[in-house]
Amino acid sequence: MSSLPHQPSHVASRRSGGPHTSMFLRMLVRAAVLRRGRAASALLAMVVAAAVATAMLNLYADVEAKLRKEFRSYGANVVVMGKDGTALPSDALSRVRSTLGGETIAVPFAYIVARTRDGQSVVVAGTDLGLVRQLNRWWSVTAWPSENGAALVGTRAATLVSRAGKPFDLSFQGRTIHLTTGGILQTGAAEDSRIYLNLPAFEAWTGVEPSTIEIAVNGSTQEINATIPRLARQLSAAQVRPLRQIVEAEARVLGKTRAALLAAAALIILTSALCLLATLTGWVFDRRRDFAIMKALGASERLLNGFFAAEAAALGVIGALVGFVIGIGLAAWIGRVNFHASVGPRVSVLPVVLAGSVAVALLSATLPISLLRRVEPAIILRGE
Amino acid sequence: MFLRLVYESFRRQKRRKVLAGVAITLGVAVATAMIAVATDIGDKINRELRSYGANLVVTPQEDTLDVEIGGVNLKPPSDGAFLNEADLPKIRGTFWAHNITGFAPMLPVTTKVNSSTNGREVTLLGTYFSKELKLGKEDFVTGVRATNPWWKVQGGWPDDNSLEVLVGERLASSLQLQPGDQIALAGQSHRVGGILSTGGAEDDEVVAPLGVAQQILGKPGSVRRIYVSALTKPEDALARRDPKTMNPETYDRWYCSPYVESIAYQLEEAIPHSHAQQIRQVAQNEGTVLSRIQGLMLLVTLAALFASALAVSAAMATAIFERRGEVGLMKALGGGSASIAALFFTEAVFLAALGGTAGYFVGVALAHQIGQTIFSSKITIQPVLFPIILAIAVAVTFLGSAAAIRRAVLLDPVFALRGEA
Repeated sequence: MSSLPHQPSHVASRRSGGPHTSMFLRMLVRAAVLRRGRAASALLAMVVAAAVATAMLNLYADVEAKLRKEFRSYGANVVVMGKDGTALPSDALSRVRSTLGGETIAVPFAYIVARTRDGQSVVVAGTDLGLVRQLNRWWSVTAWPSENGAALVGTRAATLVSRAGKPFDLSFQGRTIHLTTGGILQTGAAEDSRIYLNLPAFEAWTGVEPSTIEIAVNGSTQEINATIPRLARQLSAAQVRPLRQIVEAEARVLGKTRAALLAAAALIILTSALCLLATLTGWVFDRRRDFAIMKALGASERLLNGFFAAEAAALGVIGALVGFVIGIGLAAWIGRVNFHASVGPRVSVLPVVLAGSVAVALLSATLPISLLRRVEPAIILRGE
Repeated sequence: MFLRLVYESFRRQKRRKVLAGVAITLGVAVATAMIAVATDIGDKINRELRSYGANLVVTPQEDTLDVEIGGVNLKPPSDGAFLNEADLPKIRGTFWAHNITGFAPMLPVTTKVNSSTNGREVTLLGTYFSKELKLGKEDFVTGVRATNPWWKVQGGWPDDNSLEVLVGERLASSLQLQPGDQIALAGQSHRVGGILSTGGAEDDEVVAPLGVAQQILGKPGSVRRIYVSALTKPEDALARRDPKTMNPETYDRWYCSPYVESIAYQLEEAIPHSHAQQIRQVAQNEGTVLSRIQGLMLLVTLAALFASALAVSAAMATAIFERRGEVGLMKALGGGSASIAALFFTEAVFLAALGGTAGYFVGVALAHQIGQTIFSSKITIQPVLFPIILAIAVAVTFLGSAAAIRRAVLLDPVFALRGEA
């Protein structure tokens, strides 16, 4: 203090405040220590409410990302096609990838109609089988072809071209290719009637380049709709369109799930807040004798209010912090059990939980105090 | 005497009883609503997942290969086998008919379309829009409007018995057609009822009532394939087994479960010379999505039950703690611990029964409200939920008060009466 001799008013205020502050703190600490049981149960209620609120808010914030990952197993949601069935420019795929970033799966497809040895027509597609496997996880495939010259044959095409899995010949514009059946594909849709080849082998045989790129874009409906003009600007020679069937159904199911979860979260948070309010009100009300004694000893209204408010705020902060940690753990556990991926902690939830906890704590402290204020201390002390 | 104590306690301490009762009602209401929503959400999300379109397709058994690229059929149209349109209503007579939310037949035909300005070869798709069908005494309506909810029409949907058609949006813009224009299909004049947008191959096609396509093809009563949209149960080990290798008991269990495989099997039974199979993109993925959402709601419901159990016990503990003076007086007058505890437990159980019943009905109303706002349909509540909820409410109240009652009874009456607990 000797370093501040030219600020006497400041020193004076600190001196006069000094003993008050330490007395105030001592009252707070002693109150918690002496009534351990009641303070602990109030704190427990606080922690549980904060934990449940944290877990629900965390889950709600993260569930969309988690579910979107599940929805991506429906495959592509955007298709790029050459206008009127013509081939795409040869750099189309690299342009798509550079526009969308590395995480997005984009798979090229080229189609022709070939003839079998007995003159039947069959659709042959050239693609990147490794990428298709990632994109269309619902494809039921007996074995993914690995060697060159092995084809993935649709189950209905298989009965036509190669009974019992024998090698077969296909011809396109006079050029013949000899293929083996590397695996049988079943999807229940048009793919069952097709034969899939790896793109290098397909292009070497037919000279036809990809006319379609199927893309699984991550993100919400708005993000997908925003991606489409960006792609279209990059690929002026092509049509870019969303697969509305996939995009709209996903938005619909996700929206309903989020709404149901929000309703559940609101109910749960409301219940725990009310439970907290009841517990804390009971706790403060129970200490009306302390209140009366302090008042009888001459404590001012402001000091009393400040005391109970500080107590409630301390309880709210401690409860919220402990509850936040437990709630993060709870959300992570739910994420692991249900989505096999942990729900990441969101620090942005902390201020919300903290503010909510302190608000409920203050509310439950001031309610009984305002009731007690009107009562004479003597009446309370006589136990009436 | 005992009953009089209970009665007087309720009569004289109305405020406290109301507070505890409200806490129980609230807790039970939240628990009821959450359990009701969680048990029904599988069905609700399953219905929402139907907006992905059909999950089963029925084709003729002796079908030739599709030669189709990007939805454009490159095969002579009369080629291949057909199903009989007259068999379609039988789909509603299968075992899992109630799980079939809709079906739509398809008959693609290649034909020439002429507008006033120009003409070209297009695929014309014959289907049901929302056709009224009859099976026995039962009337029902089905078609693409039910199975393909992502189809959007600017203008109006044609009537299934009319000659009106829909024109896909890209075809319409290249032919410069508007709803209400006239086009010629295979030489006959048709009115364009609306412009169809699907985001798929149909945007380049003409979609017409089934009868129009059959007439152009010259094969009345024939259908190329049928798309069926059904509510199914996620696939498990039993679902994937071959029905031919099952013993009769397993077969019955398999047949009577709404697996996509068993519904396909029943469709083949209902429609002669047909082959039904799942559309894996839709059928396989909905199981995963459904089980994730169900699992999530189940875990959240557990959290809700936990929170409401805690709320109820906290309220009960506070209510009993406030009455320790009363306990002290009873003990001072010679009341035994057992009879005092019995008094409190009786009160608690009575309160739980009252609050539980009220809470159940509030919860049912809440669940209905959630169902209406989120899913625009009623949440089905099993009546068996009521006794279960009531039992849980009584058990939680009982357990929640047990610790507080024990403490109140163990307290020395002297301290209790002086208020020094």
